[in-house]
Amino acid sequence: MNLPFYTQLINLLAALLLLLAFAMLTQRRILSLINLFALQGFVLVLSTLVVAYSTHQSHLYYSALLTLILKVLFLPWIMHRLIHALNVRWDVETLIDIPATMLIGIVLVIFAFNLAAPISQFAGTITKSTLGIATASILLSFLMMITRRKAVSQVIGFLTMENGLFFAATSATYGMPMVVELGIALDVLVGSLIFGVFFFHIRETFESLDIHHLEKLKER
Amino acid sequence: MNIASGIVFQVLQSVLVVLIAPLMLGWVNQCRAWLQNKSGAGIWQPYKVLNKLFHKDAVLAHNASHLFRSTPYILFGCMWLAVGIVPVLATSLPFAPAADVIALVGLFALARVFVSLAAMDIGTSFGTLGARREMMIGFLAEPAMLMTLFTASLISHSTSLATIVETLGHRELVIYPSMAFAAVAFLMVLLAENARIPIDNPSTHLELTMIHEAMILEYSARHLALVEWASSLKLTAYITIGIAIFVPWGIAQAGDWTGMLIAIAVLVVKLTLAGAGLALLETVSAKMRIFRAPEFLGTAFMLATLGMLTHFLLER
Repeated sequence: MNLPFYTQLINLLAALLLLLAFAMLTQRRILSLINLFALQGFVLVLSTLVVAYSTHQSHLYYSALLTLILKVLFLPWIMHRLIHALNVRWDVETLIDIPATMLIGIVLVIFAFNLAAPISQFAGTITKSTLGIATASILLSFLMMITRRKAVSQVIGFLTMENGLFFAATSATYGMPMVVELGIALDVLVGSLIFGVFFFHIRETFESLDIHHLEKLKER
Repeated sequence: MNIASGIVFQVLQSVLVVLIAPLMLGWVNQCRAWLQNKSGAGIWQPYKVLNKLFHKDAVLAHNASHLFRSTPYILFGCMWLAVGIVPVLATSLPFAPAADVIALVGLFALARVFVSLAAMDIGTSFGTLGARREMMIGFLAEPAMLMTLFTASLISHSTSLATIVETLGHRELVIYPSMAFAAVAFLMVLLAENARIPIDNPSTHLELTMIHEAMILEYSARHLALVEWASSLKLTAYITIGIAIFVPWGIAQAGDWTGMLIAIAVLVVKLTLAGAGLALLETVSAKMRIFRAPEFLGTAFMLATLGMLTHFLLER
């Protein structure tokens, strides 16, 4: 096997992305979770830049810039402010204990890799083999949203899923059309702002950010 | 290759590694002291300790069996053999066919079994406690270690360390994403197996936390010296295995004298950096509860497995 250098580089960044997804899955502290999210965004920016440079797709530079501003700088900053305002730096509570989560994670990764294998046969892009990793990181962020009890970490899981989708788009088709990308970016931005407002309301009503309380229908 | 020069290389490597192993430990301790704003005992301290211990009279418990007495020698022998067969300075040495990664893990396991048995031999509660904890750490660390090594051997299609070094170090540079996973997993196993800080604290004698120290509590004088020397050899062995797999550049081929000189210089640089890095890692992290250890090593195993999976996805 002797892949071209850029493909090797993209593969390495894809592997880092998966590594970070797992690190987030097993992370207990909200602050580190946010930092890992920012780091994952940065790896995403790097991989987009490498794809853009190696395939001469100039619109990917814009998406990289958008990702950098939105996911590496702005959203983590908002998150940091939010947890300061809400004063929630407690350890994240998980529904399933962490070793079990990791085992489920591995099963998900195997599933995703097998799922993506026939699809990537048809893709003609240089990044086709990373489709499996993109699928895996989407599934892992799903798992994170399911296993976490607190609203903040669920939102981070949601944003991570967006990272995975973006990476899938880059690896399968060299990115989505600019209009779609801008739309999604705006959606994520507005979504996280609304989530921010929601956090305050949830806490005001239930004096906690535990989603568990939302399951009761009666008023206390 | 000339057989005589091969044997000279082999002897040179084995002796050199045994002699520098305490220095390695001294360097790590010195770095730790510096990072904690202390002046430190100096990098030669382990030699002074060994010298002191060899000149003392050994004290044995009345009910100590032959097992207890012979274990330090077996332990030291295992570790010396391990560092002897790892391609530290050169590949294709006479012992190289023995440097199979599975055999290496087995060698470490043999040493572990004897130390644990010896710890239980006297019948003190601390020894038994340490032995049980050591076996727990061991059975969690071994699969992770094997998976890490299998990731490397999948790339080079061989479980022989010498072949792995040849494949990774002496051909054109290829980026292997799976090795990134394997490297993190290996680092975690290294910390756990050598009783370093997130799992065990090498400088503690606090009853509730010690693992390795609890097992060797009954040893004194020359026995203790051999055990201490063996644990510094084990640390060196793990670091050199790590170097051989993840940063193999600079390891010479046997019979090449100028390459050998370069290999020694490169090895010194790598060991210095590795020791400083280990000290830094130990300073910034806190020791975890013993019941968190399965989680830590489970993560290592998971990362190694992921490494293998990514190998199949990305590198075929």
